[in-house]
Amino acid sequence: MTFSPELEARFADLLTHYPPGRQRGALVPMLMYAQDEVGAVTPELMAELAKRLDVSVLQVDEVVGYYSMLHKKPQGKTHVQICTNVACMLRGGAELYDHACKKLGIGHKQTQASGVFSLEEVECIGACSWAPAIQLNYTFHHEVTTDKLDQLLEGLQ
Amino acid sequence: MKLYNPPSPLETKVISKRFGVENSWRLDTYLATGGFEAFKKTMEMSPDQIIDEVKASSLRGRGGAGFPTGLKWSFVPKNVEGPTYIVVNGDESEPGTCKDRLLIEHDPYQMIEGILIAARAVGASKGWVYIRGEYRYLIDHLDSVLKEAYQRGYLGKNIAGTGFDFDLYSQTGAGAYECGEESALLESLEGKRGVPRIRPPFPAVSGAFQRPTVLNNVETFSSVPEIIKNGGKWYADLGTPKNGGTRMVCLAGHVNKPGVYEVPLGMNMMYFINEIGGGMWKGKKMKATIPGGSSCPILRADECDIPMDYDSMAKAGTMLGSGGMMVMDEDTDMVKIALRIMRFYKHESCGWCIPCREGTTWLQKMLARIVDGNGAMRDVDMVGDLAKSMLGRTFCPLGDAAAMPTISIVEKFRPEFEAYVARNPFANSELVQVG
Ligand SMILES: Cc1cc2nc3c(=O)[nH]c(=O)nc-3n(C[C@H](O)[C@H](O)[C@H](O)COP(=O)(O)O)c2cc1C
Ligand code: SF4
Ligand code: FES
Repeated sequence: MTFSPELEARFADLLTHYPPGRQRGALVPMLMYAQDEVGAVTPELMAELAKRLDVSVLQVDEVVGYYSMLHKKPQGKTHVQICTNVACMLRGGAELYDHACKKLGIGHKQTQASGVFSLEEVECIGACSWAPAIQLNYTFHHEVTTDKLDQLLEGLQ
Repeated sequence: MKLYNPPSPLETKVISKRFGVENSWRLDTYLATGGFEAFKKTMEMSPDQIIDEVKASSLRGRGGAGFPTGLKWSFVPKNVEGPTYIVVNGDESEPGTCKDRLLIEHDPYQMIEGILIAARAVGASKGWVYIRGEYRYLIDHLDSVLKEAYQRGYLGKNIAGTGFDFDLYSQTGAGAYECGEESALLESLEGKRGVPRIRPPFPAVSGAFQRPTVLNNVETFSSVPEIIKNGGKWYADLGTPKNGGTRMVCLAGHVNKPGVYEVPLGMNMMYFINEIGGGMWKGKKMKATIPGGSSCPILRADECDIPMDYDSMAKAGTMLGSGGMMVMDEDTDMVKIALRIMRFYKHESCGWCIPCREGTTWLQKMLARIVDGNGAMRDVDMVGDLAKSMLGRTFCPLGDAAAMPTISIVEKFRPEFEAYVARNPFANSELVQVG
């Protein structure tokens, strides 16, 4: 499997962060950064990282299954994550999520057939004082209203 | 970097004083405003003197448990062969908490200096800042700061000409509340699932990569430079006895001015909510407040007239926790709050031990049954009893974190649960309900 030169450079740097013989420490970061480039944690990606870090594919697989941000299927071009945990719930997070379901025609962890948007109801994303909060891919948006959400999504069609 | 909420004139700004200053995250800004003076001062101090100063400050961990920081550092064995490490907990996943990201966004060098001082105190050579994966923007930001710090000689070999060496890296998480628990975090750092470790040994003796490790929250490290610069006593005097200094409180929910504010420990909670937080929204009355993240027992409005410090909170039967304060108005549906909280813990339970894995699953089912109008009267008791039976019987504190708010909500707002159940015509049926 080949990666972009930037990702290869990042991997090479990561491997210098851990004590000798403990390069497995790079596994979670490598999965996260590679997933961004590949679009999902594919079987080839797992095999490649297993080889590079000298662990079994099974050991990689059990790590992938544990973390909620690692996904084996590709998501939409924009992954819409709406927090409905307590602080957001108190300020309209649940209604915002329902609105997004209707607007996008999909539910929790689903992707539109067009591949444009995918949706996820997420737990607290660390923006509670500026609730309700959402993330579009890695970008935070605070104090989101249904109107603001519509505008944001329409700009990304 | 822009501020997400305007500051309040009633804050006491010790660790957030650079927030909002132009280019506050750059090394030159930091140096021009007293940065690295404390680190240089520690070069004249012995490791024990540094630890004593931190002990004198009565700084307590800002990640949740509130353990005295100086004492924690003193547990690291001295003169061992091989490396000692520093791990910074920036997982910030406790619902209600959004302060560590601000400290790294606005003043990353303050945290770095705090880490270097801790490293001097315990003889550490390397460290990682573990940041939750959702905060990718923050990891990228910190990476660029670390790069500048290396280029300018504030990390790496012979830091600032002192002869002291230290390496610091960022490490991303990948979505797991449990990885904020210190031992699960260390597993994640080693490339594994975030299943907690049995203790003892504690991280101070066997932590990252089985080496002695100091593990503290982002805010805890960020508080250290000012302590060293101004003295432990100065810091302690900002707060109440045994509860030194200031802390970042993340105010959320039904208030007029939600936001993250720095206040001295011991400030009255109602004063904080009314004067800094602008009081309740829409002219409503307060019903309840969760004072320090969703793992803390809830307080009724009439219980909130208390000082915000660790010991006063403990006396009121709750915790200052991670500083995530969520205020609820009179219209809030407490049964739905209990269910939402349990949904979170059920989702985040790592599944390793049975009382937590099964307990959170069944509590969620029973609470959902009540909310859906299918609950029986005895379900209300069963929720309270099951939650109580989890306390102290789980492998890591997540089980308690799920049980404590649940027990308190059922106890304090029982009529709301009963009102839900009363809508079910079969509420007193003896028929066994499953699922
Ligand atoms: C389930 C669980 C989640 C936790 N999450 C965090 C967290 O996100 N950030 C944090 O600093 N501490 C968290 N903690 C507390 C840590 O285990 C640890 O006590 C803390 O990081 C120590 O640092 P301190 O002494 O500076 O507070 C969590 C604990 C538990 C049980
Ligand atoms: S208490 Fe919960 S999170 Fe902790 S080890 Fe047990 S199952 Fe895992
Ligand atoms: S509860 Fe939504 S960001 Fe914290």
